[in-house]
Amino acid sequence: MLTFTLFLPLVGALFILFFVNTPRTVRAVALLIALVEMVLASVVFWTVSQDGSGSFQLVEKIAWIQSLNIQYFLGVDGLSAPLILLTGLLTPCAVFASWYVEDRVKEHFFWMLTLITAVMGVFMALDLVLFFVFWELELIPMYFLISIWGTGRKEYSAMKFLIFTIAGSAFMLIGILVVFLSSGTFDMTELAGSTLTNLLIPTQLVFVLFFIAFAIKLPVWPVHTWLPDAHTDAPTAGSVILAGVLIKMGGYGLIRINVAMFPEVTREYAWVIVGLALVSVIYGAIVTLRQSDLKRLIAYSSVSHMGLVLLGIASLGAGKSAVTSVGLNGSAMQMFTHGTITGLMFLVVGQIYLRTHTRFIPDLGGLIVKMPFLCAALVVSGLASLGLPGLSGFVSEALVFLGAFHVWPWPVAVCVFGIVLTAGYILWMIQRVIFGPESGKFSEITDARLPEIVPVVLLVASILAVGLYPAVISDVFSSTLSPLISTRFG
Amino acid sequence: MTINDLYLIAPEIALASTGLIVIVLDLVLNNKRFLPVFALLGVLVSVFFTLALCADISASSNGSMIGLFSTLVVDKFAIFFKLLILSIVALVVLGSVDFVNKFEDSQGEFYGLILLSAVGMMLMAATKELISIYISVELATLPIAALAALMKTNRSSEAGLKFLLLAAVSSAFLLYGMVLVYGFTGSTYLDVIAGAVTTGAVPFGSSVMLAGIALIVVGFGFKISMVPFQMWVPDVYEGSPTPVVAFLSVASKAAAFAVILRVFYVGFGGVNVDWASMFAVLAALSMTTGNLVAMMQTNIKRLLGYSTIAQAGYILVGVAAITATTPDGGIVGLGPSGVLFYLAGYAVTNLAAFFAIIVINNHINSELISDFSGIAKRAPLLSAVIAISMISLIGIPPTVGFMGKLYLFNAAVSSGLVWLAVVGVLNSVISAYYYLRVVKTMYLGAGEPENRITYSLPVLVAVVVVVIGILVIGIVPGPLFEFTEVAVRSLFIAS
Repeated sequence: MLTFTLFLPLVGALFILFFVNTPRTVRAVALLIALVEMVLASVVFWTVSQDGSGSFQLVEKIAWIQSLNIQYFLGVDGLSAPLILLTGLLTPCAVFASWYVEDRVKEHFFWMLTLITAVMGVFMALDLVLFFVFWELELIPMYFLISIWGTGRKEYSAMKFLIFTIAGSAFMLIGILVVFLSSGTFDMTELAGSTLTNLLIPTQLVFVLFFIAFAIKLPVWPVHTWLPDAHTDAPTAGSVILAGVLIKMGGYGLIRINVAMFPEVTREYAWVIVGLALVSVIYGAIVTLRQSDLKRLIAYSSVSHMGLVLLGIASLGAGKSAVTSVGLNGSAMQMFTHGTITGLMFLVVGQIYLRTHTRFIPDLGGLIVKMPFLCAALVVSGLASLGLPGLSGFVSEALVFLGAFHVWPWPVAVCVFGIVLTAGYILWMIQRVIFGPESGKFSEITDARLPEIVPVVLLVASILAVGLYPAVISDVFSSTLSPLISTRFG
Repeated sequence: MTINDLYLIAPEIALASTGLIVIVLDLVLNNKRFLPVFALLGVLVSVFFTLALCADISASSNGSMIGLFSTLVVDKFAIFFKLLILSIVALVVLGSVDFVNKFEDSQGEFYGLILLSAVGMMLMAATKELISIYISVELATLPIAALAALMKTNRSSEAGLKFLLLAAVSSAFLLYGMVLVYGFTGSTYLDVIAGAVTTGAVPFGSSVMLAGIALIVVGFGFKISMVPFQMWVPDVYEGSPTPVVAFLSVASKAAAFAVILRVFYVGFGGVNVDWASMFAVLAALSMTTGNLVAMMQTNIKRLLGYSTIAQAGYILVGVAAITATTPDGGIVGLGPSGVLFYLAGYAVTNLAAFFAIIVINNHINSELISDFSGIAKRAPLLSAVIAISMISLIGIPPTVGFMGKLYLFNAAVSSGLVWLAVVGVLNSVISAYYYLRVVKTMYLGAGEPENRITYSLPVLVAVVVVVIGILVIGIVPGPLFEFTEVAVRSLFIAS
């Protein structure tokens, strides 16, 4: 089941590359695969959600490289299942987002589907080497997506993205090998249940090796600088996947590896993590305020929002009261909700750009007259992003603040101010782009077409659903995270 | 010399006679198209004998056979390198058919000299006596000097002369080092040297062998293009015919590493000189220098020249990664098998890049990376091949380059060389920049799809085989890695 879900996009990508020739059929095949993938991801999520125990489901385990004890080991639990669902949800959205790509259609869908397999692999792998393989596999497709179909300084941005990520994974590889040397295993389930001792280098240093890799991906200030460039210059589908799921790999890695395998270090150095979170949230929000490029604005807002993921992780630090899983749950929820919200934002902005050929905010204005549907979608995503109750963003932010407040009252108080800034830049952006005086330049433009409406409806529905009934996702997260906290941080 | 001795060197005899016959055939045959076919037949016969030997030593009690006055040893280690070099020869012959067909004369010499050089390389992997090693090294090197000058252009002749001079210099170092080692231990046999060291028969203790060992390192340093003995590489790479460079970059390196492993791990295992740390430092220097200078190259062959220096650095990590020394002077470690694995992976990877570049260069008559702009539209398959090999050279999965680095860095970490592993992975980051620049140029530039680049069937076969090799070994590395472990184990048992 998992293997099939994992490799279906890759097989589809190869099929497209070798057997499908006209752009029309390429799109049709890609869409078919994406829809099947979405169904499969939902089934995976449903299985885990029905089980409710938080342990690993649908496990597949065969020896891969025996001499080094490396396994082909897949499984999903409450932490990875919602993220797999998120990836499945965004796959058809990304296909629809690329519906109007004219240049090298075949290659575009090839790389996009390959990328989905890599991301799915990261969320499913339970062997450190396998995890690393998928982690790196994602680089090349993304590099090509940005550098061929991007805009602006696309080649520079693609290279920057690649170098940053590969530098992070270089450190992670050393971390993996050091862990392997002392434990003799790459098995993540085994490592997450044991205390690592006798490491070649201090445990704190191993923690840092992993942390750097994930912090770059998340991204955390001060290693976030690749993200605005990559996001801004990526094609719409690239941005959707990048913001929707790729950066979630960082948060996932932090929880799956740093928190679960090094609980003591996480506790001990939570004050550093909270500091980084604070800077990311506030600095990200302030920088967002002064952006004039729509995509760059959303990109910087991601830095700010991902800071909240870090804040939730920091809630595991030494506090006066016992550690609870609320904050960590909030982190995980924040990853899911940010994925749908920002995915939607990039989708809509991409569609606006397709029509106006500019993302420069002062050039836009009064768009609601010509495209009410897209503008409404942008408003929904904006409101969700600033945490309006009833939409999904509120739930995760509330959980993060709730969990972290009693451990870090002052930093959390300052971070809450970041929400005010978010409201500021979102509403200001909406005012300038959607409302305001109509710019005469866009008299010819039309509203969304069917392939553009479908993904928007899909994502808006998911934002509303999670906002109104968050337990559907958060119960699954907590089924795994609560036992993790009680056994490792109890 | 007995019949058994002849049997032990049957693979080499078959290859050498094929080489000579090809040169003669070139004189009498009008249709030169049969020359590569004949050369391949010779390789096939040699492979057959090698496999027969492999079956025999598997059946024998101690897993190795010794002959020719105990100078020659056929064990799994030697078999591994013989098969590797024979595969490289076969692929190079296939991949350079188009290139050689353009020669007006000396087509036979091209194939003949490649085969003769391969004979030297195969012997390098199978000798355990210093004088025989020296002779094998010369046999492997001299044909390449002639091959480098084969184009008879100014640049080609210059490359040949440079290679010849530096080969001579390095041989001098090597020989002087061997003489010093012989002087202190009284033997040129590696096992006797090891015995003299462990029993304390070396006057003043084994530390006095430092000078000899250092000179031997210098000698081999030239062969494997290790910093600071790498100066000749870019010039020779740029000037020589590209198929020769392809052969030189992988086969010569593999054979030289075979000798290094045998000489150091068997002969100098117990010596009280910390040569492992020396190799560790040289490894760090090689990869860093190679990668940093490669970033500034504009010529694809020079770029691959600096890349090969960096790659030599990665492989040296495996030589340096010694976990522990056993009481009887043997060495345990994952490093050597990592070296073998990486060499095989590097062979397919680099050959893939070179084969594609040979064809493209032939069509666009330029070696400048900027002239590769938009080539992906004219040669989609070849561009994909170059892209895959560049990704493998960086070490990104699912390619063999990643698995090779995983093994080498794992060996380094498990022998406590975390700093070296860190230097290694950071170098991979640097290298990503220039390797991907090639890919970027090919895929992003504007090109005219009408003007397709064509090539013959043998070249296509060679290219497809190496690319499948890169991906298949990258995804299923287990069998090859187990073979390398068996090979390395036989190195220690045989001594």
